[in-house]
Amino acid sequence: MELVVETKNLCKYYDGVKAVENLNLRIRRGEIYGFLGPNGAGKTTTILMLLGLTEPTSGEVRVCGHNSTREPLEVKRLTGYLPENVGFYEDLTARENLQYIARLNGIPDRESAKKIDEVLERVGLLEVADWRVGKFSRGMKQRLGIADVLIKDPLFAILDEPTTGIDPEGASQILKLIVEMSRERNMTVLLASHLLYQVQRICDRVGIISQGKLVAEGTIDELGSKITGQSGSIVEVEVSELTPDLLQAVKRIKGVREVESSGNTLRLVCDGDLRAEISQAIAEKGGTILGLRGRIPTLEEIYLRYFREG
Amino acid sequence: MSVVFWKELADHFGSRRFAILFILICVIGMASVYTAAQAIRGAPEEFIFLSLFTSHGGALPSFLSFLSFFGPLIGVMLGFDAINGEYSRRTISRVLAQPIFRDSWINGKFLAGLATVAITVISIILVILGLGIRMLGFGPSGEELWRIGIFWGISVIYIGFWLGLGILFSVVFKQTTSSALASIAAWLLFTFFIYMLAGLIADQMAPLGPKSGPEVWVKHGRIEDMVMRISPATLFAEATRAILIPNYRGLSLAAMLSEAEAEIPTNPLPIGQSLLLVWPQIVGLIALTGVCFAISYAIFMRQEIRST
Repeated sequence: MELVVETKNLCKYYDGVKAVENLNLRIRRGEIYGFLGPNGAGKTTTILMLLGLTEPTSGEVRVCGHNSTREPLEVKRLTGYLPENVGFYEDLTARENLQYIARLNGIPDRESAKKIDEVLERVGLLEVADWRVGKFSRGMKQRLGIADVLIKDPLFAILDEPTTGIDPEGASQILKLIVEMSRERNMTVLLASHLLYQVQRICDRVGIISQGKLVAEGTIDELGSKITGQSGSIVEVEVSELTPDLLQAVKRIKGVREVESSGNTLRLVCDGDLRAEISQAIAEKGGTILGLRGRIPTLEEIYLRYFREG
Repeated sequence: MSVVFWKELADHFGSRRFAILFILICVIGMASVYTAAQAIRGAPEEFIFLSLFTSHGGALPSFLSFLSFFGPLIGVMLGFDAINGEYSRRTISRVLAQPIFRDSWINGKFLAGLATVAITVISIILVILGLGIRMLGFGPSGEELWRIGIFWGISVIYIGFWLGLGILFSVVFKQTTSSALASIAAWLLFTFFIYMLAGLIADQMAPLGPKSGPEVWVKHGRIEDMVMRISPATLFAEATRAILIPNYRGLSLAAMLSEAEAEIPTNPLPIGQSLLLVWPQIVGLIALTGVCFAISYAIFMRQEIRST
């Protein structure tokens, strides 16, 4: 599998304070990678090092096969970056802002004119292309920021908090856009965020960074089962009538650690997802299930867990 | 770099504050030239077009003193938010994430500012020349044109110094207001307070009393001159005076004394000699401008670009 981002023992110290420590990040081609961590965990510092905008204290960064520190221009040609709280030249129109970026990327005006219309339409800003950006709302600016990334046809896009400060509808539009552009162009995306619910919806893999260190990495299922492996997952079952026989049967299921009952509701702590086995056992004893609720850990729980430990 | 250059140039000419200052300078320049022309009409001189720039009539000072006064404002205005403005607009990380070198960005900004200054000054000069031709009824001679050309070059370098200073402050200070205030403080210091400072230092090093002989006076004057020449405003005034007034012999005390005492009618110097006379001043101006920009360049290249 082709690696788009590879860092080896990446460290960055600011006046002796460790911002990033021994970071080993590997992102594959076409992935949407969620880069999670609280404020000040080192997300933005890592991103700036990926782009060659800040020099690492030690360690190595490679993006699309180029060393970011030594060949920043190559990296920046292939990478699109949407900074946190992106800003534009407010006196220029959306079109002019994009044209400036296109020119900085060496795209001739003939080609860029068509492309600008294309990406503006993609993000739904074509009707306001000739407005001055000063009049844009926060969400429009953020969408313009995505157009700004798309204009250079990057192999790899870095999006730093793309949905912060945007209303839920705008945020879900942006997320949809990110998924679509990633799939259409086989573009790799690094999505730095602390909005876990959103990341959970669209990311293939997540990495959690805390105090400059990567504390967990994997798909959300993997991280979830790691946590349930330690503390167990919880299933709540409501039956029509709770008989002692039924209770015994449930307790005998392999993997069930604890059973609590209150009224006709059972609360089970088990290793992994045992909902199928539980419902089967109840049915065999002639019980009727009125409700069954499995609680698989959300990213939020995973995230909090890692921070408590880290 | 050319992309940055053209964009910044367009920004400068499109900006509102530039339009305001340009109109102000144009109006003041024309008014002072008009009164100068009125005054000159009575007593025709050899280099009449040059004297349009230097002579003053009535209450209005000459165009030259206007330029040495307002020139710094143009320069500072174009430069004071060059870098920290990009930080506060949060555009810096977006632009620097594009495939350009960091230095081509700041170079492009400086050159665009310089080009703006050059275009502004030449257009004012052309307006004045046109006005002069209209009022006097004949055109300038070849030598006058050359001298005006050199005057233009010196003015651009002089305003370029203030542009460089503005950019330096915009790199050093994070707030655009602090860099604007610092630039204005520097302008006041170099334009007004340098006289007091020069007098103070000269008084300390060569105190003047009722019994002091001429050597002490000369020494006092020399020290004063040396301190004054730290200021680009002094360098500019000296350099342009020599270029625009061909009869001007020099800045030394001896030259001034002999002129005043003997009242010998002096012949104008050829252009090469005038240039030679103030060559040190011109080099000094170029050096100051270069140093200013070099410092801001060096600081900017090391600066962290995180916007938060």
